[in-house]
Amino acid sequence: MTGLATASLVAASISFGSTSAALAGTTLDAVKARGELICGVHTSLYGFGYPDEKGAWRGIDIDMCRAVAAAVLGDDKKVKYVPLSAQARLTALQSGEIDMLSRNTTWTLTRDTANGLNFTGVNYYDGQGFMVAKKLGVSSAKELSGATVCVQTGTTTELNLADFFRANKMELKPVTIEKYEEVTGAFLAGRCDAITSDASQLAAIRANDTPNPADYVILPELISKEPLGPSVRQGDDQWFDVVKWSLFAMVEAEERGLTSANVDAALKSPDPNVQRILGVTGDLGKGMGLDNKWAYNIIKMVGNYGESYERNLGMGSKLQLSRGLNALWTNGGLMYAPPMR
Amino acid sequence: MMAVSDQRATTVTSVPWWNDRRIRAVLYQVVVLAGVALLVAFLVSNTLDNLSSRNIATGFGFLSREAGFAVSESVIPYNPADSYFHVLIVGLLNTLKVSVLGIILASLIGTVVGVARLSRNWLVARFAAAYVEGLRNVPVLLQLFFWYSLITEALPSPRQALNPLPGVFLSGRGLRFPEPVWGPTHAAMGVALLAGIAVAWGVARWARRRRERTGQLFPTGRVAAGLIVGLPLLAWLFGGAPLAMDVPELRGFNFSGGLSVTPEFTALLVGLVLYTGTFIAEIVRGGILAVAHGQTEAGLALGLSRGQVLRLIVLPQAIRVIIPPLTSQYLNLTKNSSLAVAIGFPDLVSTANTAINQTGQAVEGIAVIMAVYLTVSLSISTFMNWYNRRIALKGAR
Amino acid sequence: MTDRPRFEETPDEIFAHEEEPFEPHVPSPAVRPKGPHLAAFEWIKANLFSSVPNTLLTLFGLWLLWQAIPPMLDWALFSAVWHGDDPTLCRQAGGACWAFVEQKHRFILFGLYPWDEQWRPLLAVCMFIAALVTTCCPRFWKPWLAGMWIVVFAACALLMWGGVLGMTFVDTGQWGGLPLTLILSVVGMVCSFPLAILLALGRRSDLPAIRSVCVGFIEFVRGVPLVSVLFMASVMFPLFLPEGVTINKLLRAQVGIILFTAAYLAEAVRGGLQAVPRGQYEAADAIGLGYWQKMGLIILPQALKVSIPPLVNQFISMFKDTSLVIIIGLFDLLTTAKTAVAEPQWRPFFVESYVFVAMIYWSFCFFMSRYSQFLERLMDTGHRRT
Repeated sequence: MTGLATASLVAASISFGSTSAALAGTTLDAVKARGELICGVHTSLYGFGYPDEKGAWRGIDIDMCRAVAAAVLGDDKKVKYVPLSAQARLTALQSGEIDMLSRNTTWTLTRDTANGLNFTGVNYYDGQGFMVAKKLGVSSAKELSGATVCVQTGTTTELNLADFFRANKMELKPVTIEKYEEVTGAFLAGRCDAITSDASQLAAIRANDTPNPADYVILPELISKEPLGPSVRQGDDQWFDVVKWSLFAMVEAEERGLTSANVDAALKSPDPNVQRILGVTGDLGKGMGLDNKWAYNIIKMVGNYGESYERNLGMGSKLQLSRGLNALWTNGGLMYAPPMR
Repeated sequence: MMAVSDQRATTVTSVPWWNDRRIRAVLYQVVVLAGVALLVAFLVSNTLDNLSSRNIATGFGFLSREAGFAVSESVIPYNPADSYFHVLIVGLLNTLKVSVLGIILASLIGTVVGVARLSRNWLVARFAAAYVEGLRNVPVLLQLFFWYSLITEALPSPRQALNPLPGVFLSGRGLRFPEPVWGPTHAAMGVALLAGIAVAWGVARWARRRRERTGQLFPTGRVAAGLIVGLPLLAWLFGGAPLAMDVPELRGFNFSGGLSVTPEFTALLVGLVLYTGTFIAEIVRGGILAVAHGQTEAGLALGLSRGQVLRLIVLPQAIRVIIPPLTSQYLNLTKNSSLAVAIGFPDLVSTANTAINQTGQAVEGIAVIMAVYLTVSLSISTFMNWYNRRIALKGAR
Repeated sequence: MTDRPRFEETPDEIFAHEEEPFEPHVPSPAVRPKGPHLAAFEWIKANLFSSVPNTLLTLFGLWLLWQAIPPMLDWALFSAVWHGDDPTLCRQAGGACWAFVEQKHRFILFGLYPWDEQWRPLLAVCMFIAALVTTCCPRFWKPWLAGMWIVVFAACALLMWGGVLGMTFVDTGQWGGLPLTLILSVVGMVCSFPLAILLALGRRSDLPAIRSVCVGFIEFVRGVPLVSVLFMASVMFPLFLPEGVTINKLLRAQVGIILFTAAYLAEAVRGGLQAVPRGQYEAADAIGLGYWQKMGLIILPQALKVSIPPLVNQFISMFKDTSLVIIIGLFDLLTTAKTAVAEPQWRPFFVESYVFVAMIYWSFCFFMSRYSQFLERLMDTGHRRT
């Protein structure tokens, strides 16, 4: 028996491979040396980060990891995904277990300062709302005093809920559950009068989980701002820039009409802006410590922001979410990339 | 962890110093202690280095900050303006509530089922076996989900609440029942109850002593039950038999007034009790069977009834085998209550989890969880070990 | 031990009674069936209707069966949907949606393992189960078994990791489902058992320092939830080690599980040691055995036999407790079952997903508990209660 134990321990110790991000030196050099990006993602949230039935990771947060890998390593498949619970996510980034966090995380002042994170931008603008059954006869969130509300624990959602009820001097009976599936299940089973979550998720629940979507209404009030985006550790400006501009490159590409399908043809575009972005001219990439083809690789392998959105959250997905706040600024949304020059 | 070098005892006549028993004992201990001390020093120094080099903020200062989130049920008053420390206490009290009730109920179920598995009724023995084999082989987390969905799916909304007894309402929001309007009489009843328990315990001791001295039996069970029920009842009658009740009624979304038991608490309690009960049943059964069958036969030959054989001969011997694994099960139940977070019962882990998420102080949060559970568990362990020593075979350590 | 035990001595046996489904367990000689000659009627009378309370219990039991069985059968079999990839059919049918399991079984069983390579974990699991079954037959208890296990372990490791023989390398981060649950629990059991025996002996040692170290370790580990141990193993391990030294996640979880389990097993073993009468120790000392010979040859064999039921209870709970590794992002069997229902259109069918994995967990655990009872009967040297 002990021979067996020794054998297994020896086998296990073979795999001691360096899996944590180097803290000494820059993250960019560490990622290049490793030949792999380590990205912290959601364990399972449809549309944002989840493994499909073949075990391949999908979602708008996953595309963010792929984009950074494409920019840094020239290959969007060189990513190691580390699924993290809500509880472990901040610590995993602090302790250097992952290079970047792309996990449906709300940008807040505390996280951006005391918790040692740096948010590199916003890849989804969301807001928190309420959904109730139509037969309850409620038309505004202000009428929910004394209601039982289902909410997921350990998120900003829970705090916003308590704040909203306190601010309006209403009585709150929360039911806080860890897993999003169970929160939904409890609400649909009638455990709660209302469910609160980000509007994108409420829409998803209404569209996919309810037996009849017409029986449920999403109340008009949005009680919070939920800017979701990728983050990195504080104290490494070069890496911060790489992740930040990888997202901007996707937004800029959509604005310029560059897609994964036409980017090869665009290499011959006469527009100097496009030539600069795609690295045909200039040294944008070199200045960041990357290859000049960095943005070309992102667009070619992952696509622009709009493609990613439609594929994961929009019409190409089961959520069917309209762009709303996440439309380009030119279409009345908030997606706006600084000039790339 | 600890390595004890395996040295064969030699059988030479002149004993060299390294084979001297006393010297060897000292040597072993020095090696082990030095090893442990080195390991601890190594871990602590690494941790301190790493924390400082990674700019991870440390300290328990966050405990006094405002928590800002609500909890669904609490033993003590709480609102979101209170501190993190306060909300952790709320969670701890909820954990204790479910653990204490769970331990009592699981012991009862476990003992009954353990004895039922040895029942002479074939069907009852099969039922007990099916229950044990069915539930103990499935992860408890899965079972909690099952009970929770059963409770929430099967019960109606508050407006269509079931009303099985006047003033008692059962709905998807839980069970609501009337609460007496508290007065001095109820306090007197509490005192009477404690007195009843104390007297019953005294009677039981006296009865056992007398039995050991004279062999005469005394109906301890009946007398104790009479005392524990009767004394509070007398206190209530002397206090003028107050009957005022705070009856729940439907207001807006839900019932108000009276006392309530939430679905989360019920699901957690039921899940933990049924799951732990299977293990206790196996331990009880193993303990009973561990008593040599000759003991039972001897007891029957003396003309004792089956119940008396079980109570006076088999169980006192079985309990020696039962106690150590039973302690483990009690600890398991207490710690399994930490899965409450999955079905939304605000226990210690659930509230600490939220605190960790809102503050990012994971190391401190986990330290708090560990310290609290350690304290609770050590209290249980200490008590059970003391009891175990009290009943262990004299002479055999 | 030819001498019959005295009144307060160790039991020679724990559950040596009949467990076959159609043989009644009859503790009392008064109503014992006399082999096959007993007519069915007499058997029923003796085992179901021997007295008034017994009759009432029997009737109540039959009523319960009548209440529970038909609706369950209807849900699981008659109204169930077995095939297809359309959840709406399932919603209309109203029964169980086994089509979901058909769609998702590969993900539930193997998690994130690369789709085209999933024959590898399948082969590893099959080999492993075959080796397990072989080991369970007392006929094969020969020295070559240990060799076989080393070969099987090596082969499983090769299959899972790959990187040689034209197989692509698969990182432990992508392992998941059943293979992961099996690895965590089996390696956990094998490694924690020797440690547990040492801890139990240490806790009963005469040397105060060793005793207090063992007591401290056992009581600390038993005092905290496994969730927090795993979280420490995953989050704080990098902090415990010098900078630059890293251990992969699977091994971290494994170490956490081994240390955790060892403390519990140690208590089970200690319970057995307590039951060994003092006379045994004295006899061993009297014939001049050293400490390790005394323990290894005399005390432990008796103590372990008494501890088999609590040991198996611990092994089984550990097998199930591996489901908590979701805390540190490993995709074990329960996690994959949860994740499989994350897709909105399948979300209402989480019950089927749970039932599916519950049956897998149940089969393994039930086999273990049955096998332990078989072992007890096999090793039984005392007087049987027949």
